[in-house]
Amino acid sequence: MSGNRLVVGRNLRKVDGFKLVTGGAAFTDDVQLPGMLYGKIMPSPHAHARIRRIDTSKAKALAGVHAVLTYKDVPRVPHTTAGQAWPEPSPYDTYLLDSKVRFVGDRVAAVAAETRALAERALALIDVDYEILPAVLDMEQAMAPGVAVIHDEPDSTKIYDREHNIAGYILREIGNVEQGFAESDYVVEREFRTHRQQHCPIEPHITIAWLDADGRLVIRTSTQVPYHTRRQVAMILQIPVSRVHVIKPRIGGGFGGKQEMLLEDITGALALATRRPVKIEFTREEEFYMARTRHPQILRMKMGVKRDGAVMASQLTVLATTGAYGSHSTTVQGNTGSKVLPLYRAPNMRFECHVVYTNNPVAGAFRGYGCPQGFFAQETLVDEIACQLGMDPLEFHRKNVIRLGDTDHLSAQLGEGKEGLPRLMRSCGLPQCMERGARAIGWAQKRKSLPNGHTHLRRGVGMACTMQGSGIAGVDWASAFLKMNEDGSFYLQVGASDVGGGADTVLAQIAAETLGVTLDKITITSGDTDITPFDVGAYASSTTIISGGAVKKAAGKVRAQVMEMASKILNEPVDKLDCANNEVFTTCVCRQAVSMTDIAMRAMYKEKFQIMDGASHFNTDSPPPFCATFAEVEVDTETGQVRVVHLATAVDPGTAINPMQAEGQVEGAVAQGLGYALTEELLLDAAGRPVNPNFLDYKMFSAEDMPKLTTILVETDEPLGPYGAKSISEVPINGPAPAIANAIFHAVGVRIRKLPIRPEDVLRALAAKRAANLEEEALLTP
Amino acid sequence: MKTMELHLTVNGESLDWTIAPGELLLDVLRRQGYVGVKRGCEEGECGACAVLVDGKPINSCLMFAAQAEGRHILTIEGVAVGGKLDPVQEAFLDHGAVQCGFCTPGMVISAKALLDRCPDPSEADVREALAGHLCRCTGYLKPVEAVLAAAAKRKHKARRAKPVAEVAP
Repeated sequence: MSGNRLVVGRNLRKVDGFKLVTGGAAFTDDVQLPGMLYGKIMPSPHAHARIRRIDTSKAKALAGVHAVLTYKDVPRVPHTTAGQAWPEPSPYDTYLLDSKVRFVGDRVAAVAAETRALAERALALIDVDYEILPAVLDMEQAMAPGVAVIHDEPDSTKIYDREHNIAGYILREIGNVEQGFAESDYVVEREFRTHRQQHCPIEPHITIAWLDADGRLVIRTSTQVPYHTRRQVAMILQIPVSRVHVIKPRIGGGFGGKQEMLLEDITGALALATRRPVKIEFTREEEFYMARTRHPQILRMKMGVKRDGAVMASQLTVLATTGAYGSHSTTVQGNTGSKVLPLYRAPNMRFECHVVYTNNPVAGAFRGYGCPQGFFAQETLVDEIACQLGMDPLEFHRKNVIRLGDTDHLSAQLGEGKEGLPRLMRSCGLPQCMERGARAIGWAQKRKSLPNGHTHLRRGVGMACTMQGSGIAGVDWASAFLKMNEDGSFYLQVGASDVGGGADTVLAQIAAETLGVTLDKITITSGDTDITPFDVGAYASSTTIISGGAVKKAAGKVRAQVMEMASKILNEPVDKLDCANNEVFTTCVCRQAVSMTDIAMRAMYKEKFQIMDGASHFNTDSPPPFCATFAEVEVDTETGQVRVVHLATAVDPGTAINPMQAEGQVEGAVAQGLGYALTEELLLDAAGRPVNPNFLDYKMFSAEDMPKLTTILVETDEPLGPYGAKSISEVPINGPAPAIANAIFHAVGVRIRKLPIRPEDVLRALAAKRAANLEEEALLTP
Repeated sequence: MKTMELHLTVNGESLDWTIAPGELLLDVLRRQGYVGVKRGCEEGECGACAVLVDGKPINSCLMFAAQAEGRHILTIEGVAVGGKLDPVQEAFLDHGAVQCGFCTPGMVISAKALLDRCPDPSEADVREALAGHLCRCTGYLKPVEAVLAAAAKRKHKARRAKPVAEVAP
């Protein structure tokens, strides 16, 4: 597909790579400002309490403490921390500081002091008298009559039903599922449970805020959403947007956790209060319970199929908890339906979801955005149905999955907190993903016979198919600006936010390809609200397709200006010119050329003209990337331990602008998906307190724990994407959990329908299977 | 506040610093401008703050600065010499082993220590050397490939650089 492309489709080094491998001062914390104070947030020790009295006098009296803020000192502006396009679909249920705390870790007060130790001492001197309220910790109890109301404050808005702790509710149906089930030969319904995973960026959330010489509030922060953050901070602190400048430096990983305005408002408030630079940085422990998690869900999935395996109807009913605040509550859960059910060409689909408040840590955006939960349920159920029908799960998928030219109508009903737009499949590499992934794992042979003798170690293989989106249709948009320098290089300004995934490199590659220059001729600045034009930010797998689309448009306009100038120099009409390798040349046989440098010098010093232009871009559709995940596992029937031996992931990202980086996105998503499937869970005790907020007790996969990985890129040409690109960073995280659960069934014949799959879960299931001595699948009803 | 004098060598430079007795090496290094030493967890679990102390990888969040008295410290800032990248750094760039780059300094430091000690590591050796470095971006595959490639390159270079007299006894 890359044909004669010189930059796009190449494995080029990251444009910001040099400073990263040499330890350059690139991240938020890598600057030291004179007089900088250390800020610290006092976390609530209670899951649900009202502050009866708060006395900060002792803390304020401590030498070196410059500010102590409580709810009495700051504006009360209801807002959401979700970094979403305005008007945010998430409820406005959060306050800079409040007289009520709603989870262990909620903000009680904030201080700024000369050292971190002083800030910690100041917090200890704040005297709070709490009226402890009954806590709602179990999501299944949250809607029950008589249960404590978590958001009883009257000024919060956009809450679906505050009396019953319901943050959001969704019901959508296409066709008629009851009729679909009636027409089915087999109907299966199962319940699945998913848990609380934390993003664990290696760089915790950190913000530094100060007032510049003009008195404007500058916020250097680890964010995925600099523009949304600017808008939110201005609103919360009640200052004009023009008085806020948000800078996104290099970011040490986000994964959705930094699509939240988490520290910027309070750090800004402290900087305004002290007139000094203030830094707040979460410790690792704080990151675990004061930042965000994936939404835990209880999913009931029902599917009806014909005897030949054709899916007639699917229904997904979800109960999810958003924790104490409704950040991303309806949109994450909406995705659980809209991006999951349409994978199958069922004529009838129904999705219903309650998102409830509980006094637990707050859930938010997290890579996959509701899809890992939904696909765990759907792909595990589908495997069960296929096995019951005596069908190879691969064959079941081949028969039923969405195809090129299909339209997904559920997405039309279920958009970003409102009606959406239908999705038309203009590119679809899913069939090839399935075939190539199957080959990589040795599917055909291993489904038939595995080297399972009479040992306690049993092997099995399983699979899952998943999809995602590429930006939010009709909502996400981006802009880019380019200007030419005297040496024939270009300066690219984008609001897009590289959070480590390599967006700067991909966007620079798109610009270089369009302009006919080598990658070293592009200098890029991204995510600075003073310098770069608007972009919604890094989320929803949007950057390559949406921001890349803006870059391609802007570069196309600039290219036209370059060509005009070259036309004057070469005395040839523009349509007889082309550009590549830093020069413009005539396409005729005589092939005359002029260098970009000469073009730039001519423009600047003879024509007195700055070659420059910008463009905005959005899409009215969200082309899905597709993924097929195959897992081979070894189950120890004596310990219940599941070892993943091999994980093969085949992804259709459209065109891979930088295949090496695209593979890296897949491998990182797979590692996070493995943790989600097997080891990672933020545990809470009976009072809602975190049990394991550290890397020792919260187990992420290490280099030694990883299975063999195979990554396959199945490139397609997406008409809506720049150079045919869609997206890649989210979709591969969806597959590992169901593929592993299905491989466990293949290995030992037990179905695990909860995450993470711990050894004790497997052992219990094996024991139950032995005790009952009956078919696990007996509930299939004709 | 009590202070104490500390004499140590960082990246080949002999230095005298004034520190507080309880300060962590991580905090002192960052304050002194070695910001490539990253703060990821402050409990010795993530490896982002790793430096070489007399050639051995150490999590600088678990060491008092005072314990560095008289020691030779190598931070990521000292790995590239005269602007020339170490083969490990080159390989990290060429193999796509850098994503967000926050864990990269620690990984590079540990990989360099491994190759200095064991020029011909197996994949298992590399995975063991990187096991103390949590990375949330890469899934470790590309960093492992990069370290193996750097080892091969260093070996190749060493062979070419060897004087003839030494090769043929």
